Amino acid sequence: MTALRRHRALTRIWASDTGWKGWFTTVSHTDLGRMFLAVAVFFFIVGGILAMLIRAQLASPRSAFLGPEHYNQIFTMHGTIMMFLFAIPLFEGLAVYLLPKMLGTRDLAFPRLTAYGFWCYVFGGSMMIFSLLAGVAPDSGWFMYPPLSSAIGAPGINTDFWLIGITFVEISAISAAVEITVTILRYRAAGMRLSQMPIFAWYALVTAVMILTGFPPLILGSILLELERAFGMPFFQVSEGGDALLWQHLFWLFGHPEVYIIFLPAAGAISTILPVMARTRLMGYGWIVAAAVSLGILSFGLWVHHMFTTGIPHMGLAFFSAASTLVAVPTAVQIFAWIGTLWQGRPTMHLPMLWLMAFFATFVIGGLTGVMVAIVPFDWQAHDTYFIVAHLHYVLVGGFVFPMLAVLYYWMPHVAGRTSYFNLGTVAFWLIVPGFHGTFLLLHWAGLLGMRRRIDTYGSGQGWEVINLIASVSSFVMAIGFAIVLIDVVVNAVMAVRGARDPWNAGTLEWAMPTPPAAYNFASIPRVTSRDPLYDTPDLPVQIARGEGYLGDCARGRRETLSVDTATGEPRYITVFPGNTALPILMSAITGVFFLGMLLKAYWLVPLSAVGVIACALVWVWGLGRKETEGRIPAGHGLSLFTAADVPDPPGWWGSVFLLLANGTFFGSLLFGYAFLWTIAPNWPPPAYVDAGTGGLLLLGGGAALILVGTRLRPVWGLALVLAGLAALAAVCAGLMLRAPDPAAHAYDATLWVLMGYALLHHLVVALMLGLLAARRLAGHAAATTVGAARIGRLWADYAVAITLVAATAAMLPGLLT
Amino acid sequence: MESLSTVHPAGPAAAIIATLWWVLLAGATAIFLFVTGLIVWAWRQPEGQRDARGFVIGLGLGFPLVVLAALLAYGLVVGERLLPRAGPDVVRVHAEGRQWAWRFGYDDAPGHRTENVLHIPAGRPVDVAITTADVIHAFWVPRLAGKLDAVPGHVNVLRIEADAPGRYDGLGSEYNGRGYRDHRFTVVAHDAAAWDRFLREETP
Repeated sequence: MTALRRHRALTRIWASDTGWKGWFTTVSHTDLGRMFLAVAVFFFIVGGILAMLIRAQLASPRSAFLGPEHYNQIFTMHGTIMMFLFAIPLFEGLAVYLLPKMLGTRDLAFPRLTAYGFWCYVFGGSMMIFSLLAGVAPDSGWFMYPPLSSAIGAPGINTDFWLIGITFVEISAISAAVEITVTILRYRAAGMRLSQMPIFAWYALVTAVMILTGFPPLILGSILLELERAFGMPFFQVSEGGDALLWQHLFWLFGHPEVYIIFLPAAGAISTILPVMARTRLMGYGWIVAAAVSLGILSFGLWVHHMFTTGIPHMGLAFFSAASTLVAVPTAVQIFAWIGTLWQGRPTMHLPMLWLMAFFATFVIGGLTGVMVAIVPFDWQAHDTYFIVAHLHYVLVGGFVFPMLAVLYYWMPHVAGRTSYFNLGTVAFWLIVPGFHGTFLLLHWAGLLGMRRRIDTYGSGQGWEVINLIASVSSFVMAIGFAIVLIDVVVNAVMAVRGARDPWNAGTLEWAMPTPPAAYNFASIPRVTSRDPLYDTPDLPVQIARGEGYLGDCARGRRETLSVDTATGEPRYITVFPGNTALPILMSAITGVFFLGMLLKAYWLVPLSAVGVIACALVWVWGLGRKETEGRIPAGHGLSLFTAADVPDPPGWWGSVFLLLANGTFFGSLLFGYAFLWTIAPNWPPPAYVDAGTGGLLLLGGGAALILVGTRLRPVWGLALVLAGLAALAAVCAGLMLRAPDPAAHAYDATLWVLMGYALLHHLVVALMLGLLAARRLAGHAAATTVGAARIGRLWADYAVAITLVAATAAMLPGLLT
Repeated sequence: MESLSTVHPAGPAAAIIATLWWVLLAGATAIFLFVTGLIVWAWRQPEGQRDARGFVIGLGLGFPLVVLAALLAYGLVVGERLLPRAGPDVVRVHAEGRQWAWRFGYDDAPGHRTENVLHIPAGRPVDVAITTADVIHAFWVPRLAGKLDAVPGHVNVLRIEADAPGRYDGLGSEYNGRGYRDHRFTVVAHDAAAWDRFLREETP
């Protein structure tokens, strides 16, 4: 088979549907990555327009351009859009597009999940945009502190848009994170050891795990606040045993890791681009990986530095101050490793490198002001002033937007297969970078002169007027620069000339394919023995195209790729991907109805759409099953492998492990919140604690035992035991809820309801999973092809048992201790 | 002019923090110039293998650890000096924030209530017990001290002190909705005689 015939055969197998239909049925990571990036850029433009409105309003004192009603919506939405609808999705889009290509595989681990996440992002983002256009956008600040965001402080629907819309969007962050994690660990070129992964994959891995552990506290907080607003469950109302500070802890437990979730992908891009621009290899790969991992871990230990002024004891603050400054150390390791890389190479000044220089100049200042505000007494003055506004823009624009512009100019030839023609990019650079510093440098000083954040206008006479005028003029210069970048991209897409493959002479696998990339990425999956395969084997692209790697034979006519061992990268089994389908967009639309029902308080829609989502999920999973085992099939190079349907650890098992990591973090955050209220909040204890009684305890123990045994028996027989066990656990949970019949009475009762509701939800999920498994066996699916599904069911069942026992114990513990 | 400036301190706490700021600025400027210099120098160097340890361990680990340890110690000492500690001449007052005003009370004159004007004696440490009647606020007199939040159900105590008699502008500095811009108040620092008069009289 010639390379061209192979290309045609593979394209037939992998291509998305043609025409407009293709947009809605594609599951290709290349398509979805580009769609993610395009939508994220759209939101950047919206957020940027809001920023321009802010600067127009603040250009002169006593401006009457915007009143506080509009101004408050605008600054809230500027922050919200830039954080949730631009920065995180842009990382997701970048990782979705690049990772399989860099890792040498043909798609992400769960192609339909990529599409589902994307559409959740689009629909959730649309809700937010609608609120903006309708003039009912959230206006309590992007941090949504209760009681200002509670039903008392913000009775309108504005805050509900935030809580529900953002939670909806976060589904896409969680699904992308699960996807990225499993892909990096299990889907790579043959023989690519963890230590040989492209550095970007390491950063993406750390970022994805951080999303899995960082977002759940915010999702929990949003759910609790929405429950309080909708049903009066008083988690944040001090008079009923709640505490407004609980929200701040949950929010910043997410919010600070969020900063590194945004910075780390950019750092990964820098570590990839900088050595290529300097015509050398990255200095200190191992050190950089260690630095990225320790940044990820440390960033969870410093959320309190956003709360230095809330009255936490000084010694407590000192601990978080130390942790906050310590985080500068792994950052410094990376910065100096990059500078060392520059020293050992022959740096060139192409456009991506120019943007990296802008990154250095800007981010170092942002890091240094970050160390300043980590010093508690200084923060007491700087907190909530324009000093912080300036600091965070230096960090986020310098540490994310500028590197992403380097990314744009570095990988644009890959996406479009063209070389840059005009030098518009350089013009844009010289508008954006001076424009940025003109906007924000002096605002540090305005902050020290006492200018608070979030005021809609200001009087004269404090020395702020000139600074603000300069900032506003510069911000418009910067905006013109961004407009030119957009024009540059469009011009490039339609006018520029065909470019060569690998224009930068890079060594990573994404350049081992023709550009723009084919739907299947690699005509055959290469064997890799080093970090820069293209440097060692310059004709690797030809070998791949000739089908000399694995799975080069496409006679089976379906989408196949290799699943590899986590550490060594040795091929383990063949994954067969699903084809194009509209199921993901349908399921996310129904998920949207679920959220819409809560937003509009049309609660009858909620169970209805939940049933719809479950139905979609069952169809989704059913399609993965096979009746008969296929046995070992050839994968090339004399290797025979099972397919994922026949193995005990199919992709779904790995996905479940990481989804349960996020889920467990959610549950852990709930326990943290409960412990916080119990020990810190005023107005405790509640009128009464609940107790399951001896009968309840027996039921609990018996139910748990039945489930643990039942999941280890044959599916159909075991199901009876499991269902009985689940019923017992559910009865205990429901019984405890009935003993505290009014969840609006006290924060304890409210928390009890959430704990028990969480357990009940898991009982339902496990019943559905094991029911599906039994149904497959009854439908004649062989034991061999249901091993993996049985293990997935067992995993979830064990988790459900564990959280039920912990939740019930936690609910009864204060009563037992008093 | 500049009645809200943290870098024109009018009390010991604000003065200590202003000094801290100037130290931080000097150190940050030096580090920024050093790092930029290293980058610029990369273009003037012949290429060649570099010792990764020098960059990663020396500059990446050692350098920030030393600087940060010193800085943390300094910050901790400063922070401790700013804490409200018991003393013979400490005056205690109360500040209750609400949307969008401040109400003040005085331990030494329990009947006294003032709206949006806080009276204190000059030259004496004052502990402000900060609470809220509704949402979260923050109490901030930039020329006297840092800010501290008013959180429902909690009482936070901030130490302020004015060196000299005079009027000092104060702000609610936690975003609290529509009227946030004008959530402000005035601190009037009296000399000893005027303070006594204030405590005795209904209106100063």
